[in-house]
Amino acid sequence: MRGGPSTGMPTGPSQSDIMCAKWGTHGDHPAICLVPASVQETYEEVVRAFNLSEKYRTPVMVMPDEIVAHMRERIVFPEPGEIEVVDRTAPSVPPEQYKPYDTSFGDVPPLAAFGSGYKFHVTGLNKMQDGFPTTKASIVQAEEERQVRKVEANAADIMKWEEYQCEDAEIIVVAFGSTSRSARFAVNEARKQGIKAGLFRLITFWPFPEERLLELSKKAKAFITPEMNLGMCTGVVKGCIEGNAPVLGIFRVDGEPINPGQIVDKMKEVK
Amino acid sequence: MAFDYDKYIRPGKLPHIWCPGCGHGIVMKGLIRAIDTLGLVKENTAIVSGIGCASRLPGYMDCCTLHTAHGRAAAFATGVKMAKPEMNVILVGGDGDGTAIGGNHFIHACRRNINMTYIILNNKIYGMTGGQFSPATPTGAKASTTPYGNPDPAFDIAKLAIGAGATFVARGTAFHANQIDKLIVEAIQHKGFSVVEILDDCPTTFGRRNKYKSVIEMMNHLKEVAVPVKAAEKMSPEQLQGKVLTGVLYKEEKPEYCEEYAKVIERAKK
Repeated sequence: MRGGPSTGMPTGPSQSDIMCAKWGTHGDHPAICLVPASVQETYEEVVRAFNLSEKYRTPVMVMPDEIVAHMRERIVFPEPGEIEVVDRTAPSVPPEQYKPYDTSFGDVPPLAAFGSGYKFHVTGLNKMQDGFPTTKASIVQAEEERQVRKVEANAADIMKWEEYQCEDAEIIVVAFGSTSRSARFAVNEARKQGIKAGLFRLITFWPFPEERLLELSKKAKAFITPEMNLGMCTGVVKGCIEGNAPVLGIFRVDGEPINPGQIVDKMKEVK
Repeated sequence: MAFDYDKYIRPGKLPHIWCPGCGHGIVMKGLIRAIDTLGLVKENTAIVSGIGCASRLPGYMDCCTLHTAHGRAAAFATGVKMAKPEMNVILVGGDGDGTAIGGNHFIHACRRNINMTYIILNNKIYGMTGGQFSPATPTGAKASTTPYGNPDPAFDIAKLAIGAGATFVARGTAFHANQIDKLIVEAIQHKGFSVVEILDDCPTTFGRRNKYKSVIEMMNHLKEVAVPVKAAEKMSPEQLQGKVLTGVLYKEEKPEYCEEYAKVIERAKK
């Protein structure tokens, strides 16, 4: 992820591409974006990205920030077979009956490989079940809704987050990537000082765990959202907690990481 | 017996979108005859395109067809070929798609020398979107975006391909219909990245604005400017002024990309 408009500060840390990842194109489309926070997790999330991409027939973005990307940490490589590897569903019908977008097989229809005996058409235009372009309103509407739905309806299978000390937390820090490492340090510091703080660490940014945050907001006194941009995640959190608690942002776009002290200071502002 | 084109045309997908007088259909028939001559298996042949009138061609072909984003035919086709090196991969597109928005994909596919054939239908204009000038529009020509004449010099697409490293480059025209399939056959048989530029016409958006009275006049123009490579050898620079060479313009043997990449994989495994 890179900061600044235009070329910005391309070698400095930033978390300001998360909106671009979901909204950066014309047209509604599903987005799966993974935001790992360590070297081990980056490895695991890259594997998961391929799996999700195969399972849902959609591109997946892995978005480590500069700090995570330059980290040197111990990593354990699993033995072959230890990590689940998902392959797309191949068609079960004979080639002459195959339609690449046949929704009678569900929202994610089987996908044949070129060269496997199935010949079919792929286009970027709005399409019918057989893959050929159409401008028929009812089909276009249904197809676009299906493409978004296939990810949104399966969000529970895709989303991943970590709740650290959230059980009794009054102040919940929502963070991701390298910022979440500062946040964890801050939560530990706060607990030592008697502040009931917790960390909600996003591992999947899109789809966003809206329902879980709404649930937590019913008990929390405040949310703190440190992020290396001017409030992108903050806005999303505000949007899903229905005004149940204040959301206090900490924004840095100067190429410096957010440090734990800043987060602890912000906790002390909570009344 | 007349040649049976229907064998290679996708059932139910005609009529095509091309205007009366457009040469794209002539090129498609040439491609079909070439596929038939070579006996390519339809299930094992991918036809890849970007966006534009020419890029609608794959949809009419009963093969594995991939209609991608504007200018991205070479990128997607490289993906198909890398994943399935045993497949025949043919790219089809226009001059704007291939040399403007897809210019970088085009030159790097040439440079890599990946075993695919790119047929560029050069009608010197963005036809589908309303006649905007392309990198192949001649200097001085009128387009919807150059109503007072185009100030830009045009790309020589064949020379661009040679300069970028393509190992087989040929040029034909939509007028010389019988030559098209022969050039495509030779291009597909060549191991490496082959480019076949076909000079084409767009009566609707180029002809109208540039004082061509009819399609016949446009076709005659293609006939008049084309000079076979062999004939050109005996002509003086003055005689070649304003002419365009046709036939096989360039051919060389170089390592092929998929094979080189397979070696990288082997080295990485050691």
